[in-house]
Amino acid sequence: MKKHLLNVLFLILFGILVYSIIEMPTMQTVDAPSYNEVTEYYIENAVNETGSVNFISAILADYRGFDTLGETIVLFTSVIAVASVLRTVKKKEEEEA
Amino acid sequence: MEDRIVKSITRMVIPFIQLYGVFIILHGHITPGGGFSGGTLIGTSLILYTLVFGLPTAKKKFSHRMSQIAESGGIIVYVGIGLVGLFISGQFLTNINAGFPLGEPGELLSGGMIPLLMIAIGIKVASTMVSLFHLLIEGDLDEDHPGIR
Repeated sequence: MKKHLLNVLFLILFGILVYSIIEMPTMQTVDAPSYNEVTEYYIENAVNETGSVNFISAILADYRGFDTLGETIVLFTSVIAVASVLRTVKKKEEEEA
Repeated sequence: MEDRIVKSITRMVIPFIQLYGVFIILHGHITPGGGFSGGTLIGTSLILYTLVFGLPTAKKKFSHRMSQIAESGGIIVYVGIGLVGLFISGQFLTNINAGFPLGEPGELLSGGMIPLLMIAIGIKVASTMVSLFHLLIEGDLDEDHPGIR
């Protein structure tokens, strides 16, 4: 009995979530929230401010350079983590070589 | 792998893969691509070399020492370019304010610091791919299971 009650509750919650998805703006329309003044700013000013024809590179390396620095540090940390786990046994061989 | 055809084809193909990777890195500010995709191409060519010629031979071409230098060097170059901006104009990782020459948009030598950052990212990504692959297959190899020779 308790299990059925829980199932009905979850179904109601699921219905509310699906209803909220219907209320969301569609991605393709012009007035979607993702097409705001930031996009227009990049399109109008990226070439003059960075000298790069490729907007993606301009955003990646100039406007959000700090984010890309974080990405490279993530790669660095991943290599260090794998090396610290897997390379402990192999150290003796390399000293001989 | 003791296959003469695979070895000769690999020898012929690897320079072209690496050339294409360098092309994509250097043209990152003009055409689609950049440090991440170009670095992945160079790293993949080195992984192909390891698969065909074996881990000991590949270790001579790309050792742990070299991987250490490339890994930390990529980040140090990146942070160093950021610090240039910090010293000149007081903003970290700034392009136009730090006085990098912007050049003519569309030319190969343009974009200020963006090509320099792309080269640093490319070196970093290529070395990360090869280092991870070498470390992972190294952990699998022992005397009873030589695996890739």
